[in-house]
Amino acid sequence: MARPELAATWTRSWLPAALALAGIVLLLDLISVAFGVAPLATLRAAVAGSWGTPYGVGQVLFKATPLIFTGLSFEVAFRAGLFNIGAEGQLALASLAAGWVGARLPPGTPWIVAIPVCFAAATATGALAALIPALMRARLGVHEIISTIMLNRIVDGVVPFALVTLLGASSLRTADLIPGASLPKLERAVPALAGSAASVAFPLAVMAAFGVHAWLRRTRAGREMRWTGQNAEACRAEGIDVPRRLVQAMLLSGALAGLAMSATVLGYKGYYELGLGTGAGFTGIAVALLGRGHPLGIVLGAILFGTLQQAGLAINAHVPKEAMDVLTAVAIVLVALANRAERGVKRAAAPIAPPNASPTAPTAPTAPTQAAPEAVT
Amino acid sequence: MSALFSLTMLAETLRIATPYACAAVGGIWAERSGVIQIGLEGVLLVSAFSSVAVAALSGSAALGLLAGVASGALYSLLHGVLVERGRVHAVISGIALNLLAYAGTRLSLRGLFDSASNSPSIAGFRFGPTGSGGAALLARFLADPVTLVAIAAAALTPVVLARTRFGLRLRAAGENPVAAASVGIDVPRVRLAALLVSGAVCALGGVHLAFDQHRFESGMSNGRGFMALAAVVVSGWRAGRAVAACVIFGALEALQIVLQEEASRGVGAELIQLLPYVATLGVLGFAAGRSAAPEGLGKQAEA
Repeated sequence: MARPELAATWTRSWLPAALALAGIVLLLDLISVAFGVAPLATLRAAVAGSWGTPYGVGQVLFKATPLIFTGLSFEVAFRAGLFNIGAEGQLALASLAAGWVGARLPPGTPWIVAIPVCFAAATATGALAALIPALMRARLGVHEIISTIMLNRIVDGVVPFALVTLLGASSLRTADLIPGASLPKLERAVPALAGSAASVAFPLAVMAAFGVHAWLRRTRAGREMRWTGQNAEACRAEGIDVPRRLVQAMLLSGALAGLAMSATVLGYKGYYELGLGTGAGFTGIAVALLGRGHPLGIVLGAILFGTLQQAGLAINAHVPKEAMDVLTAVAIVLVALANRAERGVKRAAAPIAPPNASPTAPTAPTAPTQAAPEAVT
Repeated sequence: MSALFSLTMLAETLRIATPYACAAVGGIWAERSGVIQIGLEGVLLVSAFSSVAVAALSGSAALGLLAGVASGALYSLLHGVLVERGRVHAVISGIALNLLAYAGTRLSLRGLFDSASNSPSIAGFRFGPTGSGGAALLARFLADPVTLVAIAAAALTPVVLARTRFGLRLRAAGENPVAAASVGIDVPRVRLAALLVSGAVCALGGVHLAFDQHRFESGMSNGRGFMALAAVVVSGWRAGRAVAACVIFGALEALQIVLQEEASRGVGAELIQLLPYVATLGVLGFAAGRSAAPEGLGKQAEA
């Protein structure tokens, strides 16, 4: 990628973020007024509670960590022309698996074994959960939006059943992890973050963001996946195994979603409990939209929404913390609007009608709905 | 066994099926015009909340019904504006509006009623005989204004879609927006109108849900909008079949209630609740290949 293009990408990238931020601040002011609180007091509390102290910064990074993974998860599938909105279910099953495996390992297991085993359990479970919609899409032509929505609902019922009936948990959580399976806190490297929940999972997530993007760009599988997302018909004509790439993209997407809350289980909680990570999958969609195909964009997007979550706790004394969930939803709309408005009507919306012509692939050439920086427009 | 074939069972089935059916018919209005609508869940929540809020504050159930339908229609229209005018992807917009409805109704609960979970109770409509017998339940269901309007809307939908000028334009916009635009149809406009109707019909389900519980509860739609979407897909985007699918969902849920009353709450209670979702996946798997989705679903008039 040439330098000028990079600069252009950068100027294009901050516009949606700026719009989202302005919209968020404005709306927060309005909500404050509606609740009879001085807007400035709410804003000040929001900033002080998130970026005001080193502890707050640590908490923001902690909350951003799962969002980096869910953002990546959505993006990988999106690049292949798929909508994986099943991250909610995939991450619930996967973090349950990570918590269960982490508690069942022999107590003396060293971390060098325990942590990879837990993450392997999480990625495998996340990918397995994504395998069903992947195969249904690639082999039967069932659209992944419907199947992942259904699977999210199914997982909602399966997780409590698995906890109570299969694993015999007395409450709706797994047993405590063995000591070797917990990730070290960031405060051991950066003493200023003392007391915050940020763990080594954050730098790992950042590395994953850059790693996945490099893989998408530099490997044959990654490139073919992106081409499939841009024009499946042409790919088929060129002899690319489209169904295979679709399945792979979905599996990778599920595996990444699986890591999201496992990072929290291993890095902070020490166990999995029912409901952990609810909403992280959907917020990941916003992160991916903000990130616009750039690893740093994903990380910054995750930090923005992590800030919102942390600030929500800080303002609770002024305005109900539900306000921050409202802001998150509005931010998704604003970011999507900004992305669209700026690209204008040049690009057709991705047709995502359930594929009905051929059972093996999408009906029509699928234009990527998200601009990859290096994508051919 | 007799409990399964009683008037009570029939009345329960219909009562439970109504919100699903309204949402599904609403979904058909949106999707037949070519707009992917996964935001039915949000429309249900918004309409349920506004109907209860207005009914509680004004003391009039009729005003509540009107407010619910109007708010649902406007919320659905917002989806249309974002997709057709703002060019936001319909799936993104749908997800965002679902989240916004969930969080927004919770925030409003805190603001209006100072509660995190539910509104104060409201009277709703009270027509028909009292009593808890099967016949009385059925009569009350049939005398309920919300039900009557919902039945009328569901019955009129296929007629309007198939036989009116508006229905023809709507289907043209949904099947081939480019061709529709080329013969002078203002596709975005038709779709906005379709979403307005879609939201109003879906909102009947939200109002029914809320009036049936006599209050609003946080997240009370509880996935019904998603089930309705499944019914739409399984039905092949046809209103009659979608309503039939919803009645089957209703029967399954009613059956579950009866079974849970007769036997003690068994081990697999959570799993029985998953049956409709699993069944939907199964049906989708088998029905794939000959899907009847509108050809122009998710496509814009100008490329």
